[in-house]
Amino acid sequence: MTATIEPEVGKSRRRKEDERLITGRTRWTDNIALPGMLHLAVLRCPLAHAKITSLDTSAAKESPGVIAVYTAADLDPDGSIGMPCAWPVTPDMGAPRRPVLAADRVNFAGEGVAVVVARSAGEAHDALEAIEADYDELPPVLDMEAALAEGAPLVHEELDSNKNALWVFDSAGAGTGGDVEQALSSSEIVLKRRFRQQRLVPAFMEPRACVVDPTGTQVTMWSATQVPHILRVMSAMTLGIPEHKLRVIAPDVGGGFGGKIGVLPEEMMALLVAQKLGKPVKWNESRSETMLAAHHGRDQIQDLTISANADGTLTGLKVELLANLGAYNGLVGPGVPILGAFMFNAIYKIPAYHFACTNVFTTTTLTDAYRGAGRPEATFAIERIMDELADELGMDPLELREKNWIKHEEFPYTTVAGLTYDTGNYEAATEKAKQLFGYDELRREQERRRAANDPVQLGIGISTFTEMCGLAPSRVLGSLDYGAGGWEYASLRMLPTGKVEVTTGASAHGQGHETAWSQIVADQLGVPFEDVEVLHGDTQSSHKGLDTYGSRSLVVGGIAVVKAAEKVIAKAKPIAAHLLECSEDDLEFTGGKFAVKGTDSATTIQDVALAVFAAHNLPDGTEPSLDSDATFDPENFSFPHGTHLCAAEVDTETGRVTLRSYVCVDDVGTVVNPLIVEGQVHGGLAQGIAQALFEEAVHDESGTLTTGTFADYLLPSAADLPSFTTERTETPSTTNPLGAKGVGEAGTIASTPAVVNAVVDAVRHFGVNDIEMPLSPMRVWSAVRHGTVRAGGPGNEAGGGLGSIDASGGAQ
Amino acid sequence: MRITVTVDGTKYTDDVEPRTLLVHYLRERVGKVGTVVGCDTSNCGACTVHLDGHSVKSCSVLAVQADGSEITTVEGLARDGQLHPVQQAFHDNHALQCGFCTPGMIMQSIDLLADNPDPDEQAVREGLEGNLCRCTGYQNIVRAVRDAARHMSPGAGPEAEQIKHVGVGGE
Ligand code: FES
Ligand code: FES
Repeated sequence: MTATIEPEVGKSRRRKEDERLITGRTRWTDNIALPGMLHLAVLRCPLAHAKITSLDTSAAKESPGVIAVYTAADLDPDGSIGMPCAWPVTPDMGAPRRPVLAADRVNFAGEGVAVVVARSAGEAHDALEAIEADYDELPPVLDMEAALAEGAPLVHEELDSNKNALWVFDSAGAGTGGDVEQALSSSEIVLKRRFRQQRLVPAFMEPRACVVDPTGTQVTMWSATQVPHILRVMSAMTLGIPEHKLRVIAPDVGGGFGGKIGVLPEEMMALLVAQKLGKPVKWNESRSETMLAAHHGRDQIQDLTISANADGTLTGLKVELLANLGAYNGLVGPGVPILGAFMFNAIYKIPAYHFACTNVFTTTTLTDAYRGAGRPEATFAIERIMDELADELGMDPLELREKNWIKHEEFPYTTVAGLTYDTGNYEAATEKAKQLFGYDELRREQERRRAANDPVQLGIGISTFTEMCGLAPSRVLGSLDYGAGGWEYASLRMLPTGKVEVTTGASAHGQGHETAWSQIVADQLGVPFEDVEVLHGDTQSSHKGLDTYGSRSLVVGGIAVVKAAEKVIAKAKPIAAHLLECSEDDLEFTGGKFAVKGTDSATTIQDVALAVFAAHNLPDGTEPSLDSDATFDPENFSFPHGTHLCAAEVDTETGRVTLRSYVCVDDVGTVVNPLIVEGQVHGGLAQGIAQALFEEAVHDESGTLTTGTFADYLLPSAADLPSFTTERTETPSTTNPLGAKGVGEAGTIASTPAVVNAVVDAVRHFGVNDIEMPLSPMRVWSAVRHGTVRAGGPGNEAGGGLGSIDASGGAQ
Repeated sequence: MRITVTVDGTKYTDDVEPRTLLVHYLRERVGKVGTVVGCDTSNCGACTVHLDGHSVKSCSVLAVQADGSEITTVEGLARDGQLHPVQQAFHDNHALQCGFCTPGMIMQSIDLLADNPDPDEQAVREGLEGNLCRCTGYQNIVRAVRDAARHMSPGAGPEAEQIKHVGVGGE
């Protein structure tokens, strides 16, 4: 009799993680308290650009509870420590040293200049006020275009310009497509637009923190990081700590979104101070510090020129970007806009493509990875300009997309940017989304409202998108000068009682790895879901890995788990054959059982595990262990896609935008846990919608961050967002054996253009063809009053061709 | 200053500095690290606890102001190994991802349900306005609160009685 075992993969399993999180029995870094632990507080310069003229710490040293006060001269006397950047995008990239503490010059408001060590956090913060710091103010460098102008003040004196790097991809040069200039000059329509990606704050809810304990045989560091493995190797390299003498633990981590990818100066300070004093130390930042000193995201100026024939067939795309890196190179900051290079052509067949990105230093907080990293920016620009092009052509925007997208039967398809999309079905996702949304009915309502001059107008926004997920193929990352591979690691151990311990190098911070990995292992080994324990986030247990970012956990890390399970089964098989006294060839493994074909004779993998532990009766030469390590490095990225439709109501009298409905159909390939996937999509949508409507990090003209708290930075609450309709189509990826594609960033990537397209669509008949994000009531209202006609960026030639639309003339 | 408070059913008497915030007192002195700090401007709600049966942001209350009070934190909700219906509903509806906002969300949701045992979607959204979550997009949180409301409605069975134990409504 064979029991039918329901597969775990595909089930909406409630999460294993939840129990400790809903009962408050959590392990946040700030919960860690060690005997004799000291506390750090960092003095941050309030000026954006300044020379430090004096720094007197003597009074602070006398402050109650203070053990020590350190400046750069104490922590790094020979000025040799520089914070790492793992992505030098060009060989001549400007790479100024980012010190742990600024020694003589400060390059953004919030840069640390001294660190206080005290017995309590309160005493450490009190003592900051007793430090006397004097500065000579230097001119702030804030505007990217001005920063590149001849004679602009330099952020870094030692560099001869504020340009960090120029990175170019050209389809004619790369042999992936035609020549863009020729396309632009011979096409019937050429349209230029400039879009802005405002600066955003990742705003994970748990501020950053770390605890360093130097008192054992190793130095142990707990950090609220999303990259414990990278942090260990980078700390070892940066400070010269022997890597095997350093253990990094990311305990429960309260969100990341790319914002916790950095290797932090504060972490280096904590390591240095702890080693100096021989005592455990803790650094725990306040929200205001996070806003100032944790990296920001986005911040690009995007100039696009697109060309097409009169029937809407795309002929060419030229992209010129300015990307604001802030004051220094972040860990992967310079590479973030470069990732976008591969996504501007999106799901479209574009025969000629040119991409050029200039990375710029300014005296602002650094920018680095933020949910989607480069891909939301690209998707936004192409999806916005597709709407503008449709308007110029007098076509329905969906029809223009359908005309140009890669058809289902054309996969695999190599794009003009040189990527090969394995599978996808844009037709199916779009059709499903249209039905759920009631597209045709909403279009009719829109017309009625326009005709009636309704003060509340209705707009429909479309965003069809794809993204490159599963940041791995190590070879490809290498060809982009990324400093590490992209493989992922897992190990699997059968314990004597038949339970299973799995470790994963993909360190989670809210994504539900413990649950999803348990489902995968349960299916692979045929053991109960409850019998699997997943360990992560500790370089001692999950002893290798490349952590979690870029939607790589499941499609790279999850597959490493599959590989490890396969190896364990292969190890168990000869032992099972030995126990059952049969030949291996006669055995089949299903549902956790090794059975002799055609007989009742069988043994379970748990029995094999116990037999291995006892080791009384094993085939000669068997190593008594039922465990295995595996790494997985895929051949290609994966390419989730989807169609997002948004209906927005715009009150033309107040500028207020209300999202009436939001429907998305995402194709993320095979789904391990639908509940988790749905949750990831919801969260992503909220972040992408927030970029469209609410969030912006603003510096004033002196370079001070004026949105430095949750009181000024508009993070949406439950009352600001609607409920979403999220559905799926499933086209399995051929990149990995599960067929999974990755889901962490999809919602964020697709929703921003869907919302902006909807709002512009609602008020287009007032002469509006763009509104800058975030679409505040004030901006929407003034667009309705005055019309906003966006111009192409300076430096763009007005394209040639018959029906050429000079951007400066716009669409009036 | 000397204060006496009851936290999750246990009485504590301590000397505290006048400037000590309730959240720091709970975390550092009482060891209730389930309650967390997410901001320094009373905007995020991560630190929400119940003070004499009503939700407060414990980062905006001084420990001395809590003298003589009963405080319930997320750690005091489960009784006899049974989750509070709101905790259960958060789990059932996948209303959390990283879980950092979750203690505050749960405490605020319980207070909300005490005021309005059958809130519609809009009422839940408005009732949670002071609590920020970056992970979930709120949809499943809203679903969880309404699900909990169903389980806690009169006649819903013994589980529902639990809400009285935790002193919501000042009883
Ligand atoms: S920590 Fe209390 S409201 Fe944010
Ligand atoms: S679950 Fe992460 S902030 Fe709410």
